[in-house]
Amino acid sequence: MRLVHIIIAVGVLLVALVPLALPFLEFVLTIAIAKGFAALGVALLLRAGMISIGHAMFYAVGAYTAAFLGTKLGVTDLAAMLLLALLMSALTGLILGAFLVRYRAIFFAMLNLAISMVVFALASKFYGITGGSDGLRVPIPTIFGWAPDKPVFDTVLFYVALTLAVSIGYLVYRYLKSPLGHALASIHTNEVRLEYLGVSAWAVLLAAYVISASLAGIGGAIAAVSIGHVLPEYAFWTESGHFVLTAVLGGIGGVVGPFIGSIFLESVHSVAVNYAAEYWNMIMGAALLIVIFFLPRGLYGLIERRKPNGEDKL
Amino acid sequence: MRGWVSWRKDRCWITNCSGFFMTQTLIPLLVDALANAALIFFVAVGLTLVFSVLRILNVAHGSFYSIGAYVAASLGLWIVSIGAPPWLTFPALLLSAALVAALFGPLIEHTLIRWTYGKSEAVQILVTFGLFLILEDLQRLLFGVQSIYSDTPMSLLGVSEIGGIIYLNYQLVLVGLAVMVLVGLRVFVRHTRTGRLLTAVVADREVSLAMGIDTNRMFMIAFTLGVFLAALGGAMATPTTGVAPGLGADTMVLAFAVAAIGGLGQVEGAALAAIIVALAKVLAIYFMPALDAVAPYIVMVVVLSIRPHGLFGTAQTRRI
Repeated sequence: MRLVHIIIAVGVLLVALVPLALPFLEFVLTIAIAKGFAALGVALLLRAGMISIGHAMFYAVGAYTAAFLGTKLGVTDLAAMLLLALLMSALTGLILGAFLVRYRAIFFAMLNLAISMVVFALASKFYGITGGSDGLRVPIPTIFGWAPDKPVFDTVLFYVALTLAVSIGYLVYRYLKSPLGHALASIHTNEVRLEYLGVSAWAVLLAAYVISASLAGIGGAIAAVSIGHVLPEYAFWTESGHFVLTAVLGGIGGVVGPFIGSIFLESVHSVAVNYAAEYWNMIMGAALLIVIFFLPRGLYGLIERRKPNGEDKL
Repeated sequence: MRGWVSWRKDRCWITNCSGFFMTQTLIPLLVDALANAALIFFVAVGLTLVFSVLRILNVAHGSFYSIGAYVAASLGLWIVSIGAPPWLTFPALLLSAALVAALFGPLIEHTLIRWTYGKSEAVQILVTFGLFLILEDLQRLLFGVQSIYSDTPMSLLGVSEIGGIIYLNYQLVLVGLAVMVLVGLRVFVRHTRTGRLLTAVVADREVSLAMGIDTNRMFMIAFTLGVFLAALGGAMATPTTGVAPGLGADTMVLAFAVAAIGGLGQVEGAALAAIIVALAKVLAIYFMPALDAVAPYIVMVVVLSIRPHGLFGTAQTRRI
């Protein structure tokens, strides 16, 4: 076991124990994990040198799926909500990805942004289906027939989210170590050579896009059941920007980076919201610039050894 | 099927129109679309110009539009409030665009943008996106979250009636100004020394540098001009609509859609695309209001699926 693994294990344990000592952090950490999932999705694409300023749309798809099941279809089981949110966001990712992964760099970034703005506009315009700008209320889910009250559910949800983060995080780690994951990173370094090797860059990217959309979807579903309310703002571009910032701040070198970034940012946010709520975008923008200028490998770069091929850098 | 027939009866479509619909509805719609196109054109052409010279997509470009709008609206309200002659609000529109360009152009190009030359596109997008976030809150801080509205220039110009249809004169002024900017840019690029130097830098950066062109100065000129055009678009938009937070993001995406449809780096392409997008938007508002925000992006998706480099764009070989 390398040092970095021990640090990660200790970190996860600390996160698991913190709410026992400081209960008010439970909600903050649940949201941090939810956003960490979305940031991990963005980070996957960043490894291929592709930047999506629209991933909040998949976050919203996950959140709205969970809300829909609860309010309109009467499905209140947490597992069903999370699973269907995953499937719906994966499906959306597949449909949009088939079109989007043909584009690179600027076009990819801006088309993602454009489509996410369409999703935002549709979510806020169609009152009959999405509740418009009022959004939808999400009932407290049941867990395999057990209907806990809100505080108990929140605690259960936190540990479910943490377990999911560890298990899905491990799966993503295996994915990045697999040939498919290495092919993804090589799109950044040398796409033409990848194609000469007989690997379809389109298929590699589409797989990554679907995975990244699913990750954002799970995050959205967790956030929806935790907050208990979904709004069109889930798909707004500032949210997408937040995910990109989280991924870059945490570092894209490993699976843990985006979660570190997310927990860091959410903690800072929960403090800053009392003093500087209006300047939050400005703080985020400045933080983004500082990280790009001085810390291109993110916070994760501080604990992980430098990779020789530079695939952990932007 | 029945719905379709009855729909054609009360609102016939362009190809099959009775004269009444043509003059009473279609022409004002067209004027509206052209005035809208003019505003979008100012921003999109700035974006495309900066992209072709600097090879950077400035994600903060839309912010200069909204800053220009805020400055123009505040200046207009101030001129009216001190009791100065109201016609002064016209030069104030141009002045505010120039002010924004002089203030932000060289400063931002020198500090942030210059640092990203030669870096990967992800870094360039992230840096300008960071700048965009900062500028958004800066506007909120300086101008508040209330919508600002200064319609003096529009009400001063009044309306004119041609063939029984009433036009806002201001809309005609907008279209005229857009044509002037289009022609002016062409003359500037083709027939002035600076314009030709810019063309040389666009064609081949390294050779231009080797030939003794001060490329850094060219970048600064192009960037400042881009900021000026964006701010001009914002300033000219204020008499027709209010300025509120969130304008920058919407404008940025719209400007990108237009620039991408026309082909990034193509001035004439941007003009044509602006007209297409504005038409789509106006028709959507008229026939399906729920889709008005979505229409430009549907056009973009359709155009880019058929021509990935836009209408006027040329395919580039992929970088190795």
